[in-house]
Amino acid sequence: MAENTYLIRGAAILGGDAEDLLIRDGIIEARGKDLSGEGATVIDAQGLVALPGMVDVHTHLREPGREDAETVETGTRAAALGGFTAVHAMANSNPVADTAGVVEQVHSLGRASGWVDVRPVGAVTVGLAGEQLAELGAMADSRAQVRMFSDDGICVHDPVIMRRALEYVKAFDGVVAQHAQEPRLTAGAQMNEGAVSAVLGLTGWPAVAEESIIARDVLLAQHVGSRLHVCHVSTAGSVEIVRWAKARGINVTAEVTPHHLLLTDELVRSYDPVYKVNPPLRTDADVQALRAGLADGTIDVVGTDHAPHPSEHKECEWAQAAMGMTGLETALSVVQETMIETGLMTWADFARVTSFTPAVIGRVADQGRPLEVGEPANVILVDPAARWTVDPHKMATMGRNSPFKGKELPGSVVATFFKGHPTVLNGQLNTPYRYPAVSSN
Amino acid sequence: MKHLLSTENLSAFDAIRVLDTAEEMSAVGEREVKKLPALRGRTVVNLFFEDSTRTRISFEAAAKRLSADVINFAAKGSSVSKGESLKDTAQTLAAMGADAVVIRHWASGAPHRLAATDWIDAAVINAGDGTHEHPTQALLDAFTMRRHWAQLRGTASTGADLKGMRVAIAGDVLHSRVARSNVWLLKTLGAEVTLVAPPTLLPIGVEHWPCKVSYNLDQTLEAGIDAMMMLRVQGERMNASFFPSTREYSRRWGFDDARLRALDELGMKDTIIMHPGPMNRGLEISSAAADSPRSTVLAQVRNGVSVRMAALYLLLSGDSREAAPNAIQSSKETN
Repeated sequence: MAENTYLIRGAAILGGDAEDLLIRDGIIEARGKDLSGEGATVIDAQGLVALPGMVDVHTHLREPGREDAETVETGTRAAALGGFTAVHAMANSNPVADTAGVVEQVHSLGRASGWVDVRPVGAVTVGLAGEQLAELGAMADSRAQVRMFSDDGICVHDPVIMRRALEYVKAFDGVVAQHAQEPRLTAGAQMNEGAVSAVLGLTGWPAVAEESIIARDVLLAQHVGSRLHVCHVSTAGSVEIVRWAKARGINVTAEVTPHHLLLTDELVRSYDPVYKVNPPLRTDADVQALRAGLADGTIDVVGTDHAPHPSEHKECEWAQAAMGMTGLETALSVVQETMIETGLMTWADFARVTSFTPAVIGRVADQGRPLEVGEPANVILVDPAARWTVDPHKMATMGRNSPFKGKELPGSVVATFFKGHPTVLNGQLNTPYRYPAVSSN
Repeated sequence: MKHLLSTENLSAFDAIRVLDTAEEMSAVGEREVKKLPALRGRTVVNLFFEDSTRTRISFEAAAKRLSADVINFAAKGSSVSKGESLKDTAQTLAAMGADAVVIRHWASGAPHRLAATDWIDAAVINAGDGTHEHPTQALLDAFTMRRHWAQLRGTASTGADLKGMRVAIAGDVLHSRVARSNVWLLKTLGAEVTLVAPPTLLPIGVEHWPCKVSYNLDQTLEAGIDAMMMLRVQGERMNASFFPSTREYSRRWGFDDARLRALDELGMKDTIIMHPGPMNRGLEISSAAADSPRSTVLAQVRNGVSVRMAALYLLLSGDSREAAPNAIQSSKETN
């Protein structure tokens, strides 16, 4: 029994008072001061913060199709090390996750890996082509139980298709997660359009291309009474539009990436493609607006948009390079740096934007739950006093494209409990959770 | 200077040093034997990912006049078009012992990548990258302007800057690496720059540039200018709605015969007309303007060789902050 029993001694629960947590058979069995640890593995958590396992609403695991960039196994190892107990795997794999077969494959790979819950995201349209709805219902009813649908990487730009998708997913409590990018305004776009792009001679990706789609989509969501999620909001104007929509009672949630909370387009002056991402890095004014929006609840969640790429897709000219950055293993630290160290948020707020609300948006059972007796033991322990220097070559992800390389960041994940099992201990990968064998009779 | 990547970060000291060295080089070009032994045994690679015969032969002439070995690598139609990366190409050139790489590339920032990575250790000269910069073009333009400006005042070019000179640059600024390099360099040298273009062909963010911006060429002429630089405009831009038609563009922003006459009528007898070439006669510049005595088009081409000699010489002959003119002097004597 001891194998499944852990006593976490003296962790600051959500950054509050130090208490003990007793985890047994995947459940938080007790919480309080000076719990008895009879037969339990005791973990000294003095000075550590206990948080609910993080839930990423936006991860690219690349499998099937681009196993040279990432696999479900490597991506979920990275997730566990980063403090996640669930990730949403985006649909832009090859083949695209636009059928029940593909989402079930990703779901199965996730269970076989056992590092985190892998929640496949279904494509909105067949092949991400934006022309015909994928079989959303079949994906919802599949073993993967898909609730989030997205053509991420590509905008569902046709207003009629977007309207129909928003309407249709109401049948199974789904949500459409929009990659807001007006395609005509961003043809050939390379970076944020502004003072820096003017000097660098790189084709601009204007803020209005994001904001105009968000404005349209919140009005569509209102019109059809559906639920909209906006991926990786990157501009001050987008924050304003979402704030306005929420004030009107529109059912919209929004996400921001860690990199958009910290980095600006000034970095592009190096022409180093590690800073190439979609949507692009914006200005400092945008960064400040995103932080304020996340703090006041206009932006609901942090999503990593973890996007690993093989090195040859970044070791080239800027215009040739792929868009995207890794993020799973730096998300906690970057959010601590930008939101907690700045005094904008508490660890309880951190739990809201990285766990509670993401699980609600994705309708993920047993994730994003309070650290209370009887709840599933998806728990992480964080050392907020730690400082470390980012070295992409030491990461579990196969992607070496971290824009934080060489940066010193605060906070480290000491332990991750997934379904009561420690996938990470002492900051190192431990062992994956093994699902009980399903009886065949 | 290890590399010449842009004029944005080129100091006035370095810029004037290049221009002064180019004056020395220019004298070589007027001699019967147009050759210096300065770069004997050094290898210069012209790495061109984009067709540009004029720029390539200008660099080739410059390197040959300095006695360097020149390798022309036209990346179009080579292994590059079969998928070889910039990294592999650079490492290949490094393995062959290139001392300098003159790179022309369609992608903005490609020369910066060569200079910033450990793919190759050679000196990198940007011969035009995407819509970013074309520093040797700006230097040859400044060289041409400086000679003109000094001649008007009866002073020597060498050591001078362009303080007080009024320069208008008209055309497709948005897509022009020539415009960008000129704006930074002319500002550094003390000239006053006005960009003239349809609003669609100016970048968002141009208001931060150290220059004035005008949508009206006639008003700019009336305000008085000492140099009028026309930029090449591609007729295909009209298909992307940057302007309604080539005729409307010519009427509003082209340097046509009426505007050529206006220079006389406004009493600007010393104003020069510049163009980096190749020209679209009848679109951004009329034939009468291009062929008028005011035109410096051919002087620009001639000066291009001198400026590129200076750049190659300064980058490849080591840190010669003081020694440059003397070194040339002595090599002249030994010739």
